Amino acid sequence: MPQTGVRTGVRSELNILVDDRPVRVAAGISVASALFNLGVTSYAQSVTGEPRAPLCGMGVCFECRVTIDSRPHQRACLIPVVEGMHVITASNPG
Amino acid sequence: MTPHAYADDEIVAADVAVIGAGPGGIASAACAAERGQRVVVIDRGSLPGGQIWRHLRDGAIPRVAAQWISRFERSGARFIGTASVVDAHGETRGFDLLVDASGHAVSVRARDIILATGARELFIPFEGWTLPGVMGIGGAQALLKSGASFTGKRVVIAGSGPLMLPVAASLARSGARVVLVAEQASRVAVARFAAALWRSPSMLAQAAKYRARFLSSPYSTGTWVTAAHGFGRLESVTVTDGKRTWREVVDVLCTGYGLIPNVELAQLLGCETRDGAVIVDERQRTSIASVLAVGEATGIGGAPLALVEGEIAGSTVGVQTSPSSSLTRRRSVLKSAARSMLDTFTPRAELRALPTIDTIVCRCEDVKYGAVQHAICARQAKLYARAGMGSCQGRTCMPGLDFLFAWQADSVRPPIEPTPVSVLASDIANSASSAYSINSSVGEAYQ
Amino acid sequence: MTDNPDAVVVGAGIVGAACAAALARDGMRVMILDESFAGSGTTAAGMGHLVVMDDSPAQLALTAYSTRLWAMLTPDLPRNVEHEACGTLWVAEDESQLDAVREKQRVYSQHGVDAEVLSPAQLSEAEPHLRAGLAGALYVPGDGVIYPPNGARALLKIAAEHGASLREGVRVNAIAAREVVAGSERISCDIVVNAAGAQAARLTPGIPIVPRKGHLVITDRYPGFCRHQLVELGYLASAHTMSTESVAFNVQPRATGQLLIGSSRELVGWDASINRSIVRKMLDRALDFMPTLALTSAIRTWTGFRPATPDKLPLIGAWEETPGLWIASGHEGLGITTCLGTGQLLADMIAGRNTAIDVVPFAPSRVLSSAVAH
Repeated sequence: MPQTGVRTGVRSELNILVDDRPVRVAAGISVASALFNLGVTSYAQSVTGEPRAPLCGMGVCFECRVTIDSRPHQRACLIPVVEGMHVITASNPG
Repeated sequence: MTPHAYADDEIVAADVAVIGAGPGGIASAACAAERGQRVVVIDRGSLPGGQIWRHLRDGAIPRVAAQWISRFERSGARFIGTASVVDAHGETRGFDLLVDASGHAVSVRARDIILATGARELFIPFEGWTLPGVMGIGGAQALLKSGASFTGKRVVIAGSGPLMLPVAASLARSGARVVLVAEQASRVAVARFAAALWRSPSMLAQAAKYRARFLSSPYSTGTWVTAAHGFGRLESVTVTDGKRTWREVVDVLCTGYGLIPNVELAQLLGCETRDGAVIVDERQRTSIASVLAVGEATGIGGAPLALVEGEIAGSTVGVQTSPSSSLTRRRSVLKSAARSMLDTFTPRAELRALPTIDTIVCRCEDVKYGAVQHAICARQAKLYARAGMGSCQGRTCMPGLDFLFAWQADSVRPPIEPTPVSVLASDIANSASSAYSINSSVGEAYQ
Repeated sequence: MTDNPDAVVVGAGIVGAACAAALARDGMRVMILDESFAGSGTTAAGMGHLVVMDDSPAQLALTAYSTRLWAMLTPDLPRNVEHEACGTLWVAEDESQLDAVREKQRVYSQHGVDAEVLSPAQLSEAEPHLRAGLAGALYVPGDGVIYPPNGARALLKIAAEHGASLREGVRVNAIAAREVVAGSERISCDIVVNAAGAQAARLTPGIPIVPRKGHLVITDRYPGFCRHQLVELGYLASAHTMSTESVAFNVQPRATGQLLIGSSRELVGWDASINRSIVRKMLDRALDFMPTLALTSAIRTWTGFRPATPDKLPLIGAWEETPGLWIASGHEGLGITTCLGTGQLLADMIAGRNTAIDVVPFAPSRVLSSAVAH
């Protein structure tokens, strides 16, 4: 359950892959936040190839789209990180 | 992730379906379930809380939010997270909601619906606003509360509305360098709003707390950002106060010009709206029988008002009784404070001059201002230039285009959110499987 | 246009636009009237296919003629018309359908339309997302797709280059002999063209055109998922019957990489609301042929009204009951394809020239002479 007041203690971590790079991220955070903390600037590419990153943060704008475990068009801001998940961003041209 | 993995074509039967698990939805659900109603709550997030009470699984949260979520859990209401209603229609026996739960089709059948669909930010396009690093004010708050670190980042918050202050405080508290908070409303207008806060003690206390937080950050009224600059990502912004213009080097720009009620589901059900908000009576009933609405969807008013409206809806849904007079009194005080706020922060006319011919106004389709400026209505801009034809279904661009050109958005059709073809094709309503309740308690969402 | 126009075209959909362009190229002073804005009616709702179809010899002749005209025009079209020369694959589910495919190939070839029969292996290579176990397909490389509203605008631009004028937001109330009434305005002219599509019967009572509703679903972008327009052979049967409702598999890749999924047909008057049961049936049919569509994200649905006639052929020609009145309506699901042929045939008839194909099957008088019932 959520705790009132100040955050207690250090979060546990887990391993995910971001553009084939293994990284350790705090458990329970959103994929969008994990990518933000990693310094990713291009989550998705616009239809004319511009880099895009989260705008609304709440699943409305679709600018934070990434491919997760081979499924495209996933809204990173709505999805918590899960051990072993493979995230592909538009930073990876492949 | 959602602890209960929905198989395809599950049916959930309920007395009351609550759409949205922010303060309004949580209060509605708890109060209805406490009266013995079978309640199911559907929310896009993996945990309850909506936007303002967003939190991590074992993370910090304000006391009032923790208390209400705890009450929500004890009430027996069921929570379906990472889920969206993509279609809904009324039958004689109630409503059929087609829900996309992590890509699986779930049919929720309910006698009554309480809409607590909240609000989203109004974005007004300007040069460079599509650069990574430009995000909403609520967007920054959402990222921060979902685990993003803004420590050491240079931030400008520029836009309008009371959301800016709490977000500035949160970012500053988390270690960001908030170099400027720029409110486009004039000093006179903001002062009038501050004076009106006397009528609402809780909001006054909040305002005082926020001011204390970032006394070190310049707070400018009558000031706005005219352009964002950078190569591949945000590097600086141009700011003006109407007389002076200057540059700020930044890592993050938080922009947003107030909140817009999310009324798509209400419109799909046929509810009447006025000025973009769902019309409700003193018992939170919409124009459609058995559909109630609470919170921001009925008009922007903040969390305390959403809670009261949720209590009113939850305590009276499905019966003819009237809400308690203490609830209606509290609602009335909070509603009048909300009204004065809305008047204060109207985006100024100068903001209409911000986009250039090449400024992208529809981000999903990269449609430029020049491609739509001569369109006679939203539908023409859509058909000729593709504005609003993307995944966000016009939610990001249309309010901004309405501000720029006074266009009304098109009518609403299912799916009201993108959903897999398999979900749209599912035929659970007519399937042979019998209805049964899903054991998805609020507590399970936290496991 | 200060003098009276020579011709008034009622309806700025793609058929009206093509008629206006053809008449204006012939030197006529043309005025086009539309109650809303150009290309916003049935034209905006359709799939935008340019397809040769052989439900009847006349249909084959008109669609083959029209696709040839499109082939000449498409190199000069602006990008926003989104022309894709993707071709069509008519998919055969079993051996008996494959026989029909071979026959179709023979008929198309006789008519000068390139068509090739594909084996299951070739079909699978051409479209990997089609399910296994299909019997083959007919590949028609000359077919394509466009984005219709901008196609109509491109044709209107051609008309404007030849002096035509477009007046939008003008609702025509009545067509009389050499005259059009719009509100309090009476416009005199020599020629009136009723290109009002599904609404044609409102202006010319006696025209047996009824609205035939269709649904479409469009997905998010999946570039490369589907490379050709895909149609099941049963599409012809669905289009042919005037039964209460039918669905048929028809998927189209757009230039954007989005997938347009159709098709459905119903006769329910002018009810434009989404019929969920029909959408489900239509999607189920599509999933039969392309199971992996299940995971693609559907972002929008809409409906439109095809102008349908009892014999599935449009009305192109003079309406003898009213001097000066010509009809160019009733194209059902082939308006985008056949608008160019329609415009040229109409212009040729009005000018007294020989037409490239036989126009007798399209004569409006055919509906006056026979008792029409459906």
